[in-house]
Amino acid sequence: MRKFSRLSRFNIASLALGLAFLYLPILILVIYSFNASRLVTVWGGWSLRWYHEFFGDRAMIEASWMSLRVAVASATIATLIGTLAAVALARGERFRGRTLFSGMLYAPLVMPEVITGLSLLLLFVALNAERGFWTVTIAHTTLTMCFVAVVVQSRLGSLDRSLEEAAMDLGCAPVRAFLSVTLPLIAPAIVAGWMLAFTLSLDDLVIASFTTGPGSATLPIRIYSEVRLGVKPEINAICTLVIALIAIVIVIASLASKLSSSQGKSAAPL
Amino acid sequence: MSARRIFARPARFAAIAPYVWMVLFFLVPFGFVLKISLSQTAIAQPPYEPVFDLTAGWTAIRAAFAALGIDNFKLITSDDLYVFAYLRSLTVAVTATALLLLIGYPIAYGMARLPKRWQAVAMVLVIVPFWTSFLIRIYAWINILQHDGLLNQFLLALHLVSAPVVWLSTDTAMYIGIVYSYLPFMILPLYATLAKMEPALEEAAGDLGAPPWQVFWLVTFPLSLPGVGAGVLLCFIPIVGEFVIPDLLAGSNSLMIGQTLWLEFFTNKDWPVASSAAIVLLVVLLLPLLLYERLQRRQLEER
Repeated sequence: MRKFSRLSRFNIASLALGLAFLYLPILILVIYSFNASRLVTVWGGWSLRWYHEFFGDRAMIEASWMSLRVAVASATIATLIGTLAAVALARGERFRGRTLFSGMLYAPLVMPEVITGLSLLLLFVALNAERGFWTVTIAHTTLTMCFVAVVVQSRLGSLDRSLEEAAMDLGCAPVRAFLSVTLPLIAPAIVAGWMLAFTLSLDDLVIASFTTGPGSATLPIRIYSEVRLGVKPEINAICTLVIALIAIVIVIASLASKLSSSQGKSAAPL
Repeated sequence: MSARRIFARPARFAAIAPYVWMVLFFLVPFGFVLKISLSQTAIAQPPYEPVFDLTAGWTAIRAAFAALGIDNFKLITSDDLYVFAYLRSLTVAVTATALLLLIGYPIAYGMARLPKRWQAVAMVLVIVPFWTSFLIRIYAWINILQHDGLLNQFLLALHLVSAPVVWLSTDTAMYIGIVYSYLPFMILPLYATLAKMEPALEEAAGDLGAPPWQVFWLVTFPLSLPGVGAGVLLCFIPIVGEFVIPDLLAGSNSLMIGQTLWLEFFTNKDWPVASSAAIVLLVVLLLPLLLYERLQRRQLEER
């Protein structure tokens, strides 16, 4: 009797409701970004008016450009360092301060952003660093490398170690074995990690607010200050563009992880 | 020496760069927060008195320690504003986490019961909103919840209400926003433990005559506790310090600690008090983390 492992009506209903709850608001936002009416809630027919308005808004364009630059720079650095951290955690067995190391890597995942942002700002002030592009990039790198490390580590953990060992038994130096055997195998997870770091950086409001200087606002900071003043249809258009960009990123990342699952065991969770 | 051992050494060297980075940009900053939390408030740029100058040598360090004070902490523990902010943060986090567990559990359970192929699809569907901007998702809810928003239009059209209901700037709106944003964080760890569970255990309980609710309460739920713990922790800690959601969706009359800290920092420019508030928040959050770790270790020992 397979009474309990079968999908019940309750299971299907809760799944369907849950997914509807997750997707409806975003769908509504996208639809209303094409609304011709100035009133956000009255439907006035399809129009690209608010997209035109966005591309004419210099402050918004500048903020978007700043956000993209920070996201690319911080995601790239975070992927490099985060991958190293993942290798150390997955293959390093025991080394001095390993507990502190893994603690520091996991803490930012749950730490309230207000605390992380505040502490980094105090550091930058103490170092007398000029706040702007680089301080935000460093702050975002610190946050996102932890996510990269988690994603890459889970892929490394599911990897068959005997492949590396075989390469070394055949006379390969450990570093070379890593570069020519392990790295290609975890490449999809690294790509997914970069994508995740990129979207997290693009999304961050709180840490960026603490670590940026005057005149270098990122897109979320701009959106936030506009939203506080009330709902504007232009914001719908900007948000839709960001969602579209992230959708493209997700498609690439999922292609990468599909590639990885066709090569080996199950892909990284993200 | 096995190949595994040989590989461990370079892997240890791989730790150097991330280690240095995290010490520099994660650990050291907390030292600065601690230092400034102990210093005097000043109207200056930066708005605190420097209390530490290594170049001046030992006497300066001694003088610095003499100047350190716990006044800011006294202020925080005696000021009602702060006490209420901490209490409210904890109340909101507990309520929201309970709601998340109630809503997330059936969804995760449903996912785990899907055929294997569909499980992967459902997982992607749950993760995608997590990739979509936090701020944008909150903003999407403002669109829906505002006075002439879609929710009120919908309720009016169905004649469920006779006049628009005030949703925005209420705690209800805030809870909707929090549950909406953190749902993936609750579903994923729950799903991970539920999917790994042996269905035979539930079947056995059923075959022995337990009604479904008893099977769930005595078998399924206890076995999923590790996932429950992870999900609760993953949601609870960030919600306590949450800033964006309460700021945009809740009323302005009662602030959570994240907002109070933000205001103290950016509006009042009282950095020492803000730093002290951050330290207290950190200590409050470390407690559940340590508890969880102890519980986990005990579970491992029992096995």
